[in-house]
Amino acid sequence: MSLLVEALRQAASLLVGGDGEIWGILWLSLRVSATATAIALALGIPFGALLALTRFPGRGLVVSAVNTGMGLPPVVVGLFISLLLWRSGLLGVWEILYTPTAIVIAQAVIATPIVTGITLAAVQNVPERFRLQLVALGASRLQMVWVVLREARLPMLAAVMAGFGGIISEIGASMMVGGNIKGQTRTLTTAMVLETGKGNFDVAIALAILLLVLIFLVNWALTAIQQRGASAR
Amino acid sequence: MSGTAHAPRPADGALSAVVELEAVRVVYGGRPVVDVGHLAVRAGELLAIIGPNGSGKSTLLRVLGLLEPPTAGEVRFRGQAVARRDLLTVRRQMASVFQDPLLVDATAFDNVALGLRFRGLSRGEIVPRVQRWMDRLGVGHLAERRARTLSGGEAQRTALARALVLQPAVLLLDEPFSALDQPTREALIVELGRILRHDRITTVLVTHDRGEAMTLGDQVAAMMDGRILQLADAARLFRAPASEVVARFVGVETIVDGRVVAAGDGLLTLDVAGQKIEVAAGRGQAGEEVRLCVRPEDVTLTVPGEVSLSSSRNQLTGTITQLLPSGAQVRALVDCGFPLVALVTHRSVEEMSMVEGLPVVASFKATAAHVIPRS
Repeated sequence: MSLLVEALRQAASLLVGGDGEIWGILWLSLRVSATATAIALALGIPFGALLALTRFPGRGLVVSAVNTGMGLPPVVVGLFISLLLWRSGLLGVWEILYTPTAIVIAQAVIATPIVTGITLAAVQNVPERFRLQLVALGASRLQMVWVVLREARLPMLAAVMAGFGGIISEIGASMMVGGNIKGQTRTLTTAMVLETGKGNFDVAIALAILLLVLIFLVNWALTAIQQRGASAR
Repeated sequence: MSGTAHAPRPADGALSAVVELEAVRVVYGGRPVVDVGHLAVRAGELLAIIGPNGSGKSTLLRVLGLLEPPTAGEVRFRGQAVARRDLLTVRRQMASVFQDPLLVDATAFDNVALGLRFRGLSRGEIVPRVQRWMDRLGVGHLAERRARTLSGGEAQRTALARALVLQPAVLLLDEPFSALDQPTREALIVELGRILRHDRITTVLVTHDRGEAMTLGDQVAAMMDGRILQLADAARLFRAPASEVVARFVGVETIVDGRVVAAGDGLLTLDVAGQKIEVAAGRGQAGEEVRLCVRPEDVTLTVPGEVSLSSSRNQLTGTITQLLPSGAQVRALVDCGFPLVALVTHRSVEEMSMVEGLPVVASFKATAAHVIPRS
């Protein structure tokens, strides 16, 4: 118990007067996961909307694949991205393994199916006669999709939360494709593993607090938007 | 049919067709749900399509609105078959309102502006038009309200404003009143009818409600099992349905077999179960087997012996066999050699002390009766 109290005290002093390394790690994690979330939204929203609004042979299979992808283990993603980016790998010429870019790619791969799946569900939840009404009012296909997405914006915020929340706390992929290089690819989660392993509980706890606060703030902001939207109903 | 499809038709002096269906069939899983040889919606006219649930009338409306391609046949807009690439352009000259308002989650104003925004109009053009139509539909004061907070009637008025603001060449209404409660519904029917007539807006109204069709329709089409069985002036369809199915659907309750015994002077004399019945404006020849139709609200009942002030040509004595309360009125079944149905008020039931078994005189005018061919 005293270990915990002592660690908490030191964590607080680290956060307040720390050497700046911790803040660097925080900034990197935030930057990487936000970029990956943005990519996942850019890919997942159109893809999810397309899947929801079109019928084609084999659609069921694609939907199942997306749903499976929502539970993709980060370690598995890390493994495959590593293989791709390895010097002799398919994308080895890019020479980006062990860079923040590699982490962004891996995290985008993890988050995209999550965003796709939630978008698919949200759009499908908008009744077909609503879509027919939009077409009847003269909406082009693109205008119809835009209004439907706007209509589903509250459940879609969940896509943002789930996507970001899933990758900011992910560790397997970041470790494998980032390499946990000090000052370059060390993220909150990989640093935490390292510091705990070294017995530096104070640093690990400081990092844990930061991670929790970060996740809380992001979700709090999104929930505020969602609740404001919901109360206007 | 296809040879003339692309040539614009000259306006034939009378009302020209805005939308037409030609040999349209819609088949779902091998079952035909719509099968219409020809249907024209004429400019400035309100065409009501009535039919029971599942008669294919909503599907027909979706085909008219270019929202669903027919399995076979073609839809023409202003005399021209609508090509696939013109779908959006032509659809933008139409507007639809369905049973549910289906508003987007935004303000009432934004909802009414929706179609105008789809058409790329500027804000300067949109604002006055939206405001004007919201005012006309009586929801101008609700412009800034969130759509989800509107009552059912307000929401449907907003949906109607959203369609009318587009000033469509044809307005398509699919049971727009049926989700509303009675007083809201009646007020809206009257108001909408006034706007549609005043602006001479070409409209197709699909409804299962005879009253709505009669109040709003210039022309009424009776649809059953995917086919249009009769299309006529509203008054004519209700007064003189052409067949037994249509007659039953438009509310004729007495339909009995008879034989023409004399024809002439625009007056038919029928023998129905031994009773002589006179029918005005009926077509038929002596000896022809026909069926007599009488609407229940056209039959009046009086006590025998009482001096009748009625000018009705047909006065039959009979006995009340059954009294069935039906809303504000009572349905009286009278046996006068054949079963005749009369609709009477609760008041007259009391005043005449009507009971089952009471002898009465049932009268109806020769103009209230009509004949249909024996099927």
